[in-house]
Amino acid sequence: MSPTWVQLAYLVAALCFVLALKGLSTPRHARAGNLLGAAGMALAVVTAYVHGAVHNGLLIALAVAAGVAVGIPAARSVKMTAIPQMVALFNGVGGAAAALVALTEFLAVPHGSVLFQAATALTVLIGSVSFSGSVVTFLKLQEVMTTRPVLLPAGRLLGIGVAVACAVLALAVVLTGNSVLLVLLALAGLALGVLFVLPVGGADVPIAISLLNAFTGLAVAASGYVLANTLLIVSGTLVGASGTILTRLMAQAMGRPLTNILFGAFQTTAATARTDEQRTVRAGTVEDVAIMLGYAHSVLVVPGYGLAVAQGQHAARELAQVLEQRGVTVHYGIHPVAGRMPGHMNVLLAEADVPYEHLKELDDVNPGIGSVDVVLVVGANDVVNPGARDEPSSPIYGMPIFDVDRARAVVFMKRSMRPGFAGVDNSLLYHPKTTMLFGDAKESLTKLLAAVKQV
Amino acid sequence: MIDLLTIFVLAVFVGFEVVSKVSTILHTPLMSGANAIHGVILVGAILITGRAEHALEIALGLAAVFLATVNVVGGFVVTDRMLEMFKGHKAGKPVKSATNGHREVGE
Repeated sequence: MSPTWVQLAYLVAALCFVLALKGLSTPRHARAGNLLGAAGMALAVVTAYVHGAVHNGLLIALAVAAGVAVGIPAARSVKMTAIPQMVALFNGVGGAAAALVALTEFLAVPHGSVLFQAATALTVLIGSVSFSGSVVTFLKLQEVMTTRPVLLPAGRLLGIGVAVACAVLALAVVLTGNSVLLVLLALAGLALGVLFVLPVGGADVPIAISLLNAFTGLAVAASGYVLANTLLIVSGTLVGASGTILTRLMAQAMGRPLTNILFGAFQTTAATARTDEQRTVRAGTVEDVAIMLGYAHSVLVVPGYGLAVAQGQHAARELAQVLEQRGVTVHYGIHPVAGRMPGHMNVLLAEADVPYEHLKELDDVNPGIGSVDVVLVVGANDVVNPGARDEPSSPIYGMPIFDVDRARAVVFMKRSMRPGFAGVDNSLLYHPKTTMLFGDAKESLTKLLAAVKQV
Repeated sequence: MIDLLTIFVLAVFVGFEVVSKVSTILHTPLMSGANAIHGVILVGAILITGRAEHALEIALGLAAVFLATVNVVGGFVVTDRMLEMFKGHKAGKPVKSATNGHREVGE
Protein backbone atom coordinates (compact mmCIF):
# COMPACT_ATOMS: atom_id res chain seq x y z
CA MET A 1 0.00 0.00 0.00
CA SER A 2 1.28 3.43 -0.87
CA PRO A 3 1.69 6.03 1.88
CA THR A 4 -1.28 8.25 2.63
CA TRP A 5 0.16 11.35 1.01
CA VAL A 6 0.58 9.47 -2.24
CA GLN A 7 -3.01 8.23 -2.11
CA LEU A 8 -4.22 11.74 -1.38
CA ALA A 9 -2.26 13.20 -4.28
CA TYR A 10 -3.76 10.56 -6.59
CA LEU A 11 -7.22 11.40 -5.30
CA VAL A 12 -6.71 15.09 -6.08
CA ALA A 13 -5.43 14.18 -9.54
CA ALA A 14 -8.46 11.98 -10.21
CA LEU A 15 -10.75 14.84 -9.16
CA CYS A 16 -8.90 17.14 -11.54
CA PHE A 17 -9.58 14.70 -14.38
CA VAL A 18 -13.30 14.50 -13.60
CA LEU A 19 -13.54 18.29 -13.51
CA ALA A 20 -11.45 18.51 -16.69
CA LEU A 21 -13.90 16.31 -18.59
CA LYS A 22 -16.78 18.27 -17.13
CA GLY A 23 -15.15 21.55 -18.18
CA LEU A 24 -14.43 20.27 -21.67
CA SER A 25 -18.13 19.65 -22.18
CA THR A 26 -19.07 23.32 -21.89
CA PRO A 27 -17.66 26.01 -24.18
CA ARG A 28 -17.06 28.49 -21.38
CA HIS A 29 -14.95 26.24 -19.20
CA ALA A 30 -13.32 24.11 -21.85
CA ARG A 31 -9.89 25.70 -21.77
CA ALA A 32 -9.76 25.92 -17.99
CA GLY A 33 -10.86 22.29 -17.88
CA ASN A 34 -8.00 21.23 -20.07
CA LEU A 35 -5.48 23.17 -17.98
CA LEU A 36 -6.90 21.63 -14.82
CA GLY A 37 -6.46 18.20 -16.37
CA ALA A 38 -2.85 19.02 -17.17
CA ALA A 39 -2.30 20.23 -13.61
CA GLY A 40 -3.76 17.02 -12.22
CA MET A 41 -1.49 15.05 -14.52
CA ALA A 42 1.57 16.98 -13.40
CA LEU A 43 0.69 16.30 -9.75
CA ALA A 44 0.17 12.59 -10.40
CA VAL A 45 3.40 12.21 -12.37
CA VAL A 46 5.55 14.10 -9.85
CA THR A 47 4.03 12.05 -7.03
CA ALA A 48 4.72 8.79 -8.84
CA TYR A 49 8.27 9.87 -9.55
CA VAL A 50 9.08 10.98 -6.03
CA HIS A 51 7.45 7.97 -4.44
CA GLY A 52 8.02 5.24 -6.99
CA ALA A 53 11.21 5.88 -8.92
CA VAL A 54 13.40 4.00 -6.45
CA HIS A 55 15.67 2.74 -9.19
CA ASN A 56 16.51 4.14 -12.59
CA GLY A 57 15.43 7.64 -11.57
CA LEU A 58 17.76 9.33 -14.00
CA LEU A 59 16.80 7.08 -16.90
CA ILE A 60 13.12 7.71 -16.23
CA ALA A 61 13.70 11.45 -16.18
CA LEU A 62 15.55 11.18 -19.48
CA ALA A 63 12.74 9.14 -21.05
CA VAL A 64 10.22 11.74 -19.91
CA ALA A 65 12.40 14.51 -21.33
CA ALA A 66 12.62 12.65 -24.64
CA GLY A 67 8.85 12.24 -24.67
CA VAL A 68 8.37 15.95 -24.03
CA ALA A 69 10.91 16.78 -26.73
CA VAL A 70 8.94 14.73 -29.25
CA GLY A 71 5.39 15.42 -28.07
CA ILE A 72 5.37 19.19 -27.72
CA PRO A 73 6.88 20.10 -31.10
CA ALA A 74 4.62 17.53 -32.77
CA ALA A 75 1.55 18.99 -31.13
CA ARG A 76 2.61 22.58 -31.77
CA SER A 77 3.58 22.23 -35.39
CA VAL A 78 0.70 20.05 -36.56
CA LYS A 79 -1.63 21.85 -38.93
CA MET A 80 -5.17 22.31 -37.71
CA THR A 81 -6.37 20.21 -40.63
CA ALA A 82 -4.22 17.31 -39.51
CA ILE A 83 -5.45 17.31 -35.90
CA PRO A 84 -7.58 14.16 -36.18
CA GLN A 85 -4.68 11.96 -37.22
CA MET A 86 -2.47 13.54 -34.56
CA VAL A 87 -5.04 12.63 -31.90
CA ALA A 88 -5.12 9.11 -33.34
CA LEU A 89 -1.37 8.86 -33.07
CA PHE A 90 -1.26 10.13 -29.46
CA ASN A 91 -4.00 7.65 -28.66
CA GLY A 92 -2.04 4.83 -30.25
CA VAL A 93 1.13 5.47 -28.28
CA GLY A 94 -0.96 5.59 -25.10
CA GLY A 95 -2.35 2.16 -25.92
CA ALA A 96 1.13 0.84 -26.63
CA ALA A 97 2.37 2.26 -23.32
CA ALA A 98 -0.43 0.49 -21.43
CA ALA A 99 0.40 -2.82 -23.12
CA LEU A 100 4.11 -2.39 -22.33
CA VAL A 101 3.39 -1.57 -18.69
CA ALA A 102 1.34 -4.75 -18.25
CA LEU A 103 3.91 -6.83 -20.11
CA THR A 104 6.78 -5.50 -18.00
CA GLU A 105 4.94 -6.07 -14.75
CA PHE A 106 4.13 -9.59 -15.90
CA LEU A 107 7.81 -10.33 -16.53
CA ALA A 108 8.71 -8.99 -13.10
CA VAL A 109 5.95 -10.88 -11.27
CA PRO A 110 5.49 -14.05 -13.32
CA HIS A 111 3.01 -15.90 -11.15
CA GLY A 112 0.39 -13.66 -9.67
CA SER A 113 -3.25 -14.33 -8.88
CA VAL A 114 -5.70 -15.31 -11.59
CA LEU A 115 -7.23 -11.84 -11.43
CA PHE A 116 -3.81 -10.24 -11.90
CA GLN A 117 -3.16 -12.42 -14.93
CA ALA A 118 -6.59 -11.74 -16.38
CA ALA A 119 -6.06 -8.00 -16.00
CA THR A 120 -2.64 -8.33 -17.61
CA ALA A 121 -4.01 -10.25 -20.57
CA LEU A 122 -6.79 -7.71 -21.00
CA THR A 123 -4.44 -4.72 -20.86
CA VAL A 124 -2.03 -6.22 -23.36
CA LEU A 125 -4.84 -7.22 -25.72
CA ILE A 126 -6.77 -3.92 -25.67
CA GLY A 127 -3.58 -1.86 -25.69
CA SER A 128 -2.29 -3.67 -28.78
CA VAL A 129 -5.61 -3.37 -30.61
CA SER A 130 -5.72 0.33 -29.81
CA PHE A 131 -2.15 0.88 -30.98
CA SER A 132 -2.32 -0.86 -34.34
CA GLY A 133 -5.87 0.38 -34.96
CA SER A 134 -4.78 3.96 -34.31
CA VAL A 135 -1.81 3.61 -36.62
CA VAL A 136 -4.10 2.44 -39.42
CA THR A 137 -6.51 5.35 -38.82
CA PHE A 138 -3.52 7.69 -38.93
CA LEU A 139 -2.42 6.23 -42.27
CA LYS A 140 -5.95 6.56 -43.62
CA LEU A 141 -6.42 10.17 -42.57
CA GLN A 142 -2.95 11.14 -43.69
CA GLU A 143 -3.92 9.55 -47.00
CA VAL A 144 -0.80 7.42 -46.98
CA MET A 145 -3.19 4.61 -47.75
CA THR A 146 -6.62 4.69 -49.33
CA THR A 147 -9.41 6.30 -47.31
CA ARG A 148 -11.88 3.85 -48.73
CA PRO A 149 -12.94 0.77 -46.83
CA VAL A 150 -10.46 -1.99 -47.45
CA LEU A 151 -12.19 -5.32 -47.79
CA LEU A 152 -9.80 -8.22 -47.66
CA PRO A 153 -10.91 -11.42 -49.31
CA ALA A 154 -12.55 -13.41 -46.54
CA GLY A 155 -11.79 -10.43 -44.30
CA ARG A 156 -14.74 -11.10 -42.07
CA LEU A 157 -13.71 -14.71 -41.58
CA LEU A 158 -10.13 -13.67 -40.94
CA GLY A 159 -11.31 -11.10 -38.39
CA ILE A 160 -13.41 -13.65 -36.55
CA GLY A 161 -10.51 -16.10 -36.64
CA VAL A 162 -8.08 -13.61 -35.14
CA ALA A 163 -10.63 -12.56 -32.53
CA VAL A 164 -11.10 -16.19 -31.49
CA ALA A 165 -7.32 -16.66 -31.39
CA CYS A 166 -7.07 -13.62 -29.11
CA ALA A 167 -9.71 -15.02 -26.77
CA VAL A 168 -8.01 -18.43 -26.64
CA LEU A 169 -4.57 -16.91 -26.08
CA ALA A 170 -5.94 -14.62 -23.36
CA LEU A 171 -7.51 -17.59 -21.60
CA ALA A 172 -4.26 -19.55 -21.92
CA VAL A 173 -2.32 -16.65 -20.41
CA VAL A 174 -4.72 -16.49 -17.47
CA LEU A 175 -4.44 -20.23 -16.87
CA THR A 176 -0.72 -20.78 -17.44
CA GLY A 177 0.89 -17.43 -16.75
CA ASN A 178 3.26 -18.07 -19.64
CA SER A 179 5.01 -14.95 -20.90
CA VAL A 180 5.59 -16.31 -24.42
CA LEU A 181 1.84 -16.70 -24.77
CA LEU A 182 1.45 -13.12 -23.59
CA VAL A 183 3.75 -11.87 -26.35
CA LEU A 184 1.76 -13.94 -28.87
CA LEU A 185 -1.40 -12.35 -27.49
CA ALA A 186 0.09 -8.91 -28.09
CA LEU A 187 0.86 -9.85 -31.71
CA ALA A 188 -2.65 -11.24 -32.23
CA GLY A 189 -4.01 -8.02 -30.73
CA LEU A 190 -1.99 -5.97 -33.21
CA ALA A 191 -3.43 -7.99 -36.09
CA LEU A 192 -6.94 -7.62 -34.69
CA GLY A 193 -6.58 -3.85 -34.48
CA VAL A 194 -5.58 -3.65 -38.14
CA LEU A 195 -8.41 -5.91 -39.27
CA PHE A 196 -10.85 -3.97 -37.13
CA VAL A 197 -10.12 -0.59 -38.72
CA LEU A 198 -9.37 -1.56 -42.33
CA PRO A 199 -13.02 -1.93 -43.38
CA VAL A 200 -14.01 1.43 -41.88
CA GLY A 201 -14.64 4.00 -44.58
CA GLY A 202 -12.90 7.37 -44.71
CA ALA A 203 -15.74 9.49 -43.37
CA ASP A 204 -16.24 7.10 -40.47
CA VAL A 205 -12.62 6.99 -39.38
CA PRO A 206 -13.12 9.71 -36.70
CA ILE A 207 -15.70 7.49 -35.04
CA ALA A 208 -13.19 4.66 -35.04
CA ILE A 209 -10.62 6.99 -33.44
CA SER A 210 -13.08 7.93 -30.74
CA LEU A 211 -13.83 4.29 -30.06
CA LEU A 212 -10.13 3.38 -29.94
CA ASN A 213 -9.70 6.26 -27.52
CA ALA A 214 -12.26 4.63 -25.25
CA PHE A 215 -10.41 1.33 -25.70
CA THR A 216 -7.14 2.84 -24.54
CA GLY A 217 -9.03 4.17 -21.51
CA LEU A 218 -10.14 0.64 -20.70
CA ALA A 219 -6.63 -0.71 -21.21
CA VAL A 220 -5.36 1.88 -18.73
CA ALA A 221 -8.12 0.92 -16.28
CA ALA A 222 -7.18 -2.76 -16.62
CA SER A 223 -3.53 -1.89 -16.03
CA GLY A 224 -4.74 -0.24 -12.82
CA TYR A 225 -5.79 -3.69 -11.65
CA VAL A 226 -2.41 -5.11 -12.65
CA LEU A 227 -0.61 -2.51 -10.54
CA ALA A 228 -3.37 -2.19 -7.90
CA ASN A 229 -3.34 1.54 -8.55
CA THR A 230 -6.64 3.35 -8.02
CA LEU A 231 -5.65 6.43 -9.99
CA LEU A 232 -5.15 4.36 -13.13
CA ILE A 233 -8.44 2.55 -12.57
CA VAL A 234 -10.42 5.75 -12.04
CA SER A 235 -8.87 7.76 -14.88
CA GLY A 236 -8.88 4.89 -17.35
CA THR A 237 -12.49 4.11 -16.60
CA LEU A 238 -13.46 7.77 -16.89
CA VAL A 239 -11.97 7.94 -20.36
CA GLY A 240 -13.42 4.57 -21.31
CA ALA A 241 -16.93 5.55 -20.26
CA SER A 242 -16.91 9.09 -21.58
CA GLY A 243 -15.25 7.91 -24.79
CA THR A 244 -18.01 5.40 -25.34
CA ILE A 245 -20.70 8.03 -24.88
CA LEU A 246 -18.82 10.43 -27.13
CA THR A 247 -18.53 7.78 -29.82
CA ARG A 248 -22.28 7.28 -29.69
CA LEU A 249 -22.92 11.02 -29.87
CA MET A 250 -20.66 11.32 -32.91
CA ALA A 251 -22.39 8.41 -34.62
CA GLN A 252 -25.72 10.06 -33.91
CA ALA A 253 -24.49 13.31 -35.46
CA MET A 254 -23.77 11.33 -38.61
CA GLY A 255 -27.17 9.69 -38.41
CA ARG A 256 -25.80 6.19 -38.56
CA PRO A 257 -25.87 3.40 -35.99
CA LEU A 258 -22.47 2.48 -34.61
CA THR A 259 -22.68 -1.18 -35.60
CA ASN A 260 -23.33 -0.10 -39.17
CA ILE A 261 -20.19 2.04 -39.18
CA LEU A 262 -17.96 -0.65 -37.74
CA PHE A 263 -19.28 -3.74 -39.43
CA GLY A 264 -21.34 -2.42 -42.35
CA ALA A 265 -18.11 -1.84 -44.28
CA PHE A 266 -19.90 0.18 -46.96
CA GLN A 267 -20.74 -2.97 -48.84
CA THR A 268 -22.02 -0.86 -51.72
CA THR A 269 -18.69 0.73 -52.54
CA ALA A 270 -19.64 0.02 -56.12
CA ALA A 271 -22.41 2.63 -55.90
CA THR A 272 -20.40 4.73 -58.32
CA ALA A 273 -21.20 2.20 -61.03
CA ARG A 274 -23.59 4.59 -62.70
CA THR A 275 -20.80 6.86 -63.86
CA ASP A 276 -20.83 5.31 -67.32
CA GLU A 277 -24.13 7.09 -67.91
CA GLN A 278 -23.77 10.19 -69.99
CA ARG A 279 -24.25 13.07 -67.63
CA THR A 280 -23.33 16.64 -68.30
CA VAL A 281 -21.64 18.98 -65.95
CA ARG A 282 -21.88 22.74 -66.24
CA ALA A 283 -18.56 24.40 -65.55
CA GLY A 284 -18.66 28.14 -64.92
CA THR A 285 -16.02 30.86 -64.94
CA VAL A 286 -15.00 32.96 -61.99
CA GLU A 287 -16.80 35.95 -63.52
CA ASP A 288 -20.08 34.04 -63.87
CA VAL A 289 -19.99 33.05 -60.26
CA ALA A 290 -18.95 36.54 -59.14
CA ILE A 291 -22.05 37.98 -60.82
CA MET A 292 -24.28 35.34 -59.27
CA LEU A 293 -22.88 36.13 -55.84
CA GLY A 294 -22.72 39.89 -56.25
CA TYR A 295 -26.38 40.23 -57.13
CA ALA A 296 -27.73 37.68 -54.69
CA HIS A 297 -29.70 38.59 -51.59
CA SER A 298 -28.60 35.69 -49.49
CA VAL A 299 -25.65 33.37 -49.82
CA LEU A 300 -24.92 30.23 -47.86
CA VAL A 301 -21.35 28.99 -47.70
CA VAL A 302 -20.99 25.27 -47.02
CA PRO A 303 -17.34 24.67 -46.23
CA GLY A 304 -15.77 21.25 -46.22
CA TYR A 305 -12.44 19.66 -45.74
CA GLY A 306 -11.25 20.85 -49.17
CA LEU A 307 -11.42 24.44 -47.91
CA ALA A 308 -9.32 23.55 -44.91
CA VAL A 309 -6.74 21.65 -46.94
CA ALA A 310 -6.33 24.60 -49.29
CA GLN A 311 -6.02 26.90 -46.24
CA GLY A 312 -8.80 28.96 -47.82
CA GLN A 313 -10.60 29.93 -44.58
CA HIS A 314 -9.26 33.47 -44.63
CA ALA A 315 -10.08 34.00 -48.30
CA ALA A 316 -13.61 32.72 -47.63
CA ARG A 317 -14.01 35.15 -44.76
CA GLU A 318 -12.81 38.08 -46.89
CA LEU A 319 -15.18 37.15 -49.68
CA ALA A 320 -18.04 37.01 -47.19
CA GLN A 321 -17.14 40.47 -45.89
CA VAL A 322 -17.04 42.01 -49.35
CA LEU A 323 -20.40 40.47 -50.12
CA GLU A 324 -21.83 41.77 -46.87
CA GLN A 325 -20.67 45.27 -47.71
CA ARG A 326 -22.73 44.94 -50.87
CA GLY A 327 -25.73 44.09 -48.73
CA VAL A 328 -25.69 40.35 -49.28
CA THR A 329 -26.56 38.20 -46.28
CA VAL A 330 -23.88 35.56 -45.83
CA HIS A 331 -24.12 32.58 -43.53
CA TYR A 332 -22.00 29.49 -43.12
CA GLY A 333 -23.68 26.13 -42.96
CA ILE A 334 -21.61 23.92 -40.71
CA HIS A 335 -22.39 20.26 -40.91
CA PRO A 336 -21.80 18.32 -37.68
CA VAL A 337 -19.13 16.26 -39.42
CA ALA A 338 -17.72 18.96 -41.69
CA GLY A 339 -13.98 18.64 -41.81
CA ARG A 340 -12.83 15.32 -40.57
CA MET A 341 -14.30 15.19 -37.13
CA PRO A 342 -17.36 16.56 -35.43
CA GLY A 343 -16.61 20.17 -34.56
CA HIS A 344 -13.47 20.26 -36.68
CA MET A 345 -14.77 22.91 -39.08
CA ASN A 346 -15.80 25.21 -36.23
CA VAL A 347 -12.22 25.10 -35.01
CA LEU A 348 -10.88 25.91 -38.46
CA LEU A 349 -13.24 28.82 -39.10
CA ALA A 350 -12.70 30.22 -35.64
CA GLU A 351 -9.03 30.27 -36.54
CA ALA A 352 -9.91 32.49 -39.53
CA ASP A 353 -11.88 34.95 -37.37
CA VAL A 354 -15.28 34.06 -38.79
CA PRO A 355 -17.86 35.45 -36.34
CA TYR A 356 -19.61 32.78 -34.31
CA GLU A 357 -23.08 34.14 -35.10
CA HIS A 358 -22.57 33.43 -38.78
CA LEU A 359 -22.06 29.73 -38.22
CA LYS A 360 -25.38 27.96 -38.66
CA GLU A 361 -26.22 24.34 -38.01
CA LEU A 362 -28.36 22.01 -40.10
CA ASP A 363 -31.60 22.74 -38.28
CA ASP A 364 -31.12 26.50 -38.61
CA VAL A 365 -30.44 26.33 -42.31
CA ASN A 366 -32.62 23.67 -43.87
CA PRO A 367 -36.11 25.10 -43.15
CA GLY A 368 -35.34 28.36 -44.98
CA ILE A 369 -33.02 27.01 -47.63
CA GLY A 370 -35.56 27.56 -50.42
CA SER A 371 -35.03 31.31 -50.17
CA VAL A 372 -31.25 31.14 -50.40
CA ASP A 373 -30.12 32.50 -53.76
CA VAL A 374 -26.72 30.91 -54.04
CA VAL A 375 -25.17 28.10 -52.07
CA LEU A 376 -21.41 28.13 -52.34
CA VAL A 377 -20.12 24.65 -51.59
CA VAL A 378 -16.41 24.97 -50.94
CA GLY A 379 -14.51 21.71 -50.82
CA ALA A 380 -17.44 19.78 -49.39
CA ASN A 381 -19.30 16.98 -51.06
CA ASP A 382 -20.83 14.25 -48.93
CA VAL A 383 -22.61 16.67 -46.59
CA VAL A 384 -24.71 18.07 -49.46
CA ASN A 385 -25.23 14.79 -51.32
CA PRO A 386 -28.99 14.37 -51.83
CA GLY A 387 -28.38 10.63 -52.11
CA ALA A 388 -28.09 10.55 -48.32
CA ARG A 389 -31.72 11.65 -48.21
CA ASP A 390 -33.28 10.07 -51.28
CA GLU A 391 -31.47 6.88 -52.16
CA PRO A 392 -31.79 4.10 -49.61
CA SER A 393 -29.11 2.20 -51.52
CA SER A 394 -26.54 4.92 -50.94
CA PRO A 395 -23.82 4.04 -48.42
CA ILE A 396 -24.35 7.34 -46.67
CA TYR A 397 -28.16 7.03 -46.66
CA GLY A 398 -29.59 8.44 -43.47
CA MET A 399 -26.84 10.96 -42.78
CA PRO A 400 -28.42 14.38 -42.28
CA ILE A 401 -27.41 16.76 -45.08
CA PHE A 402 -27.88 20.36 -46.13
CA ASP A 403 -30.75 20.32 -48.62
CA VAL A 404 -28.86 22.63 -50.96
CA ASP A 405 -30.58 21.11 -53.98
CA ARG A 406 -33.65 23.07 -52.76
CA ALA A 407 -31.86 26.40 -52.92
CA ARG A 408 -32.15 28.55 -56.07
CA ALA A 409 -28.63 27.89 -57.35
CA VAL A 410 -25.62 25.90 -56.27
CA VAL A 411 -21.96 26.58 -56.97
CA PHE A 412 -19.53 23.76 -56.31
CA MET A 413 -15.91 24.70 -55.84
CA LYS A 414 -13.97 21.49 -56.26
CA ARG A 415 -10.60 20.43 -57.51
CA SER A 416 -12.04 17.73 -59.74
CA MET A 417 -15.06 15.53 -60.23
CA ARG A 418 -13.58 13.06 -57.79
CA PRO A 419 -16.10 11.73 -55.29
CA GLY A 420 -15.88 12.89 -51.69
CA PHE A 421 -14.21 11.39 -48.67
CA ALA A 422 -16.77 8.60 -48.41
CA GLY A 423 -16.10 7.66 -52.03
CA VAL A 424 -19.74 8.13 -52.98
CA ASP A 425 -20.96 9.66 -56.21
CA ASN A 426 -22.98 12.89 -55.89
CA SER A 427 -25.87 13.41 -58.31
CA LEU A 428 -26.06 17.09 -57.35
CA LEU A 429 -22.90 17.74 -59.37
CA TYR A 430 -24.91 16.99 -62.52
CA HIS A 431 -28.01 18.92 -61.52
CA PRO A 432 -29.11 21.69 -63.94
CA LYS A 433 -28.93 24.40 -61.29
CA THR A 434 -25.40 23.46 -60.31
CA THR A 435 -22.38 25.35 -61.58
CA MET A 436 -18.95 23.83 -61.14
CA LEU A 437 -15.93 26.00 -60.47
CA PHE A 438 -12.87 23.81 -60.72
CA GLY A 439 -9.61 24.55 -59.00
CA ASP A 440 -7.88 24.85 -55.66
CA ALA A 441 -10.33 26.32 -53.15
CA LYS A 442 -8.05 29.10 -51.98
CA GLU A 443 -7.04 30.18 -55.48
CA SER A 444 -10.62 30.18 -56.70
CA LEU A 445 -11.78 32.14 -53.67
CA THR A 446 -9.06 34.75 -54.16
CA LYS A 447 -9.96 35.15 -57.83
CA LEU A 448 -13.62 35.28 -56.90
CA LEU A 449 -12.88 37.98 -54.35
CA ALA A 450 -11.18 40.14 -57.00
CA ALA A 451 -13.98 39.49 -59.49
CA VAL A 452 -16.75 40.36 -57.03
CA LYS A 453 -15.04 43.69 -56.32
CA GLN A 454 -15.27 44.45 -60.04
CA VAL A 455 -18.93 43.54 -60.41
CA MET B 1 -10.57 -6.65 -4.76
CA ILE B 2 -14.20 -5.68 -4.25
CA ASP B 3 -12.92 -2.20 -3.40
CA LEU B 4 -11.36 -1.86 -6.84
CA LEU B 5 -14.53 -3.12 -8.48
CA THR B 6 -16.58 -0.55 -6.56
CA ILE B 7 -14.27 2.19 -7.73
CA PHE B 8 -14.55 0.92 -11.30
CA VAL B 9 -18.34 0.88 -11.33
CA LEU B 10 -18.63 4.32 -9.76
CA ALA B 11 -16.10 5.71 -12.24
CA VAL B 12 -18.15 4.32 -15.14
CA PHE B 13 -21.16 6.29 -13.96
CA VAL B 14 -19.17 9.45 -13.40
CA GLY B 15 -17.72 9.08 -16.92
CA PHE B 16 -21.17 8.68 -18.45
CA GLU B 17 -22.54 11.57 -16.45
CA VAL B 18 -19.90 14.23 -17.12
CA VAL B 19 -20.12 14.11 -20.89
CA SER B 20 -23.79 13.32 -21.34
CA LYS B 21 -24.57 16.81 -22.61
CA VAL B 22 -21.95 18.20 -24.92
CA SER B 23 -22.43 20.26 -28.07
CA THR B 24 -21.05 19.07 -31.38
CA ILE B 25 -18.60 21.95 -31.44
CA LEU B 26 -16.75 20.44 -28.52
CA HIS B 27 -16.64 16.83 -29.65
CA THR B 28 -13.16 17.06 -31.08
CA PRO B 29 -11.57 18.94 -28.15
CA LEU B 30 -13.31 16.65 -25.67
CA MET B 31 -12.00 13.57 -27.40
CA SER B 32 -8.54 15.06 -27.50
CA GLY B 33 -8.73 16.01 -23.81
CA ALA B 34 -9.87 12.52 -22.82
CA ASN B 35 -7.03 11.21 -24.95
CA ALA B 36 -4.56 13.23 -22.91
CA ILE B 37 -6.06 11.97 -19.65
CA HIS B 38 -5.53 8.31 -20.46
CA GLY B 39 -1.88 9.25 -20.76
CA VAL B 40 -2.01 8.83 -16.98
CA ILE B 41 -0.57 5.41 -17.81
CA LEU B 42 2.65 7.39 -17.44
CA VAL B 43 2.19 6.99 -13.68
CA GLY B 44 2.07 3.23 -14.11
CA ALA B 45 5.06 3.30 -16.43
CA ILE B 46 7.12 5.30 -13.91
CA LEU B 47 6.15 2.99 -11.06
CA ILE B 48 7.13 -0.22 -12.85
CA THR B 49 10.36 1.20 -14.21
CA GLY B 50 11.18 2.53 -10.76
CA ARG B 51 11.27 -0.96 -9.35
CA ALA B 52 12.59 -2.83 -12.41
CA GLU B 53 15.92 -4.58 -11.95
CA HIS B 54 16.54 -6.58 -15.11
CA ALA B 55 17.70 -4.99 -18.32
CA LEU B 56 14.73 -6.17 -20.36
CA GLU B 57 12.23 -4.83 -17.83
CA ILE B 58 14.04 -1.52 -17.64
CA ALA B 59 14.09 -1.21 -21.43
CA LEU B 60 10.40 -2.02 -21.79
CA GLY B 61 9.52 0.26 -18.91
CA LEU B 62 11.48 3.17 -20.35
CA ALA B 63 9.80 2.67 -23.72
CA ALA B 64 6.46 2.84 -21.92
CA VAL B 65 7.52 6.02 -20.09
CA PHE B 66 8.55 7.63 -23.36
CA LEU B 67 5.35 6.70 -25.22
CA ALA B 68 3.10 7.70 -22.33
CA THR B 69 4.86 11.08 -22.06
CA VAL B 70 4.25 11.72 -25.75
CA ASN B 71 0.59 10.86 -25.18
CA VAL B 72 0.28 13.21 -22.19
CA VAL B 73 2.07 16.32 -23.38
CA GLY B 74 0.95 15.98 -26.99
CA GLY B 75 -2.65 15.45 -25.92
CA PHE B 76 -2.85 18.45 -23.62
CA VAL B 77 -1.00 20.79 -25.99
CA VAL B 78 -3.14 19.88 -29.00
CA THR B 79 -6.33 20.29 -26.99
CA ASP B 80 -5.19 23.67 -25.74
CA ARG B 81 -4.39 24.79 -29.28
CA MET B 82 -7.87 23.89 -30.43
CA LEU B 83 -9.54 25.65 -27.54
CA GLU B 84 -7.34 28.71 -27.83
CA MET B 85 -9.01 29.47 -31.14
CA PHE B 86 -12.47 29.38 -29.68
CA LYS B 87 -11.45 31.60 -26.84
CA GLY B 88 -9.74 34.24 -28.94
CA HIS B 89 -13.01 34.63 -30.67
CA LYS B 90 -15.24 34.69 -27.66
CA ALA B 91 -13.30 37.64 -26.36
CA GLY B 92 -14.89 39.63 -29.17
CA LYS B 93 -11.72 40.30 -31.10
CA PRO B 94 -12.66 42.86 -33.75
CA VAL B 95 -12.70 41.38 -37.23
CA LYS B 96 -10.42 43.33 -39.48
CA SER B 97 -12.04 44.89 -42.49
CA ALA B 98 -10.87 43.49 -45.79
CA THR B 99 -11.38 46.63 -47.84
CA ASN B 100 -8.45 48.54 -49.19
CA GLY B 101 -10.31 51.76 -49.91
CA HIS B 102 -10.92 51.22 -53.59
CA ARG B 103 -14.06 49.20 -53.33
CA GLU B 104 -16.45 49.69 -56.17
CA VAL B 105 -20.17 49.29 -55.78
CA GLY B 106 -21.34 48.54 -59.25
CA GLU B 107 -25.05 48.84 -58.69
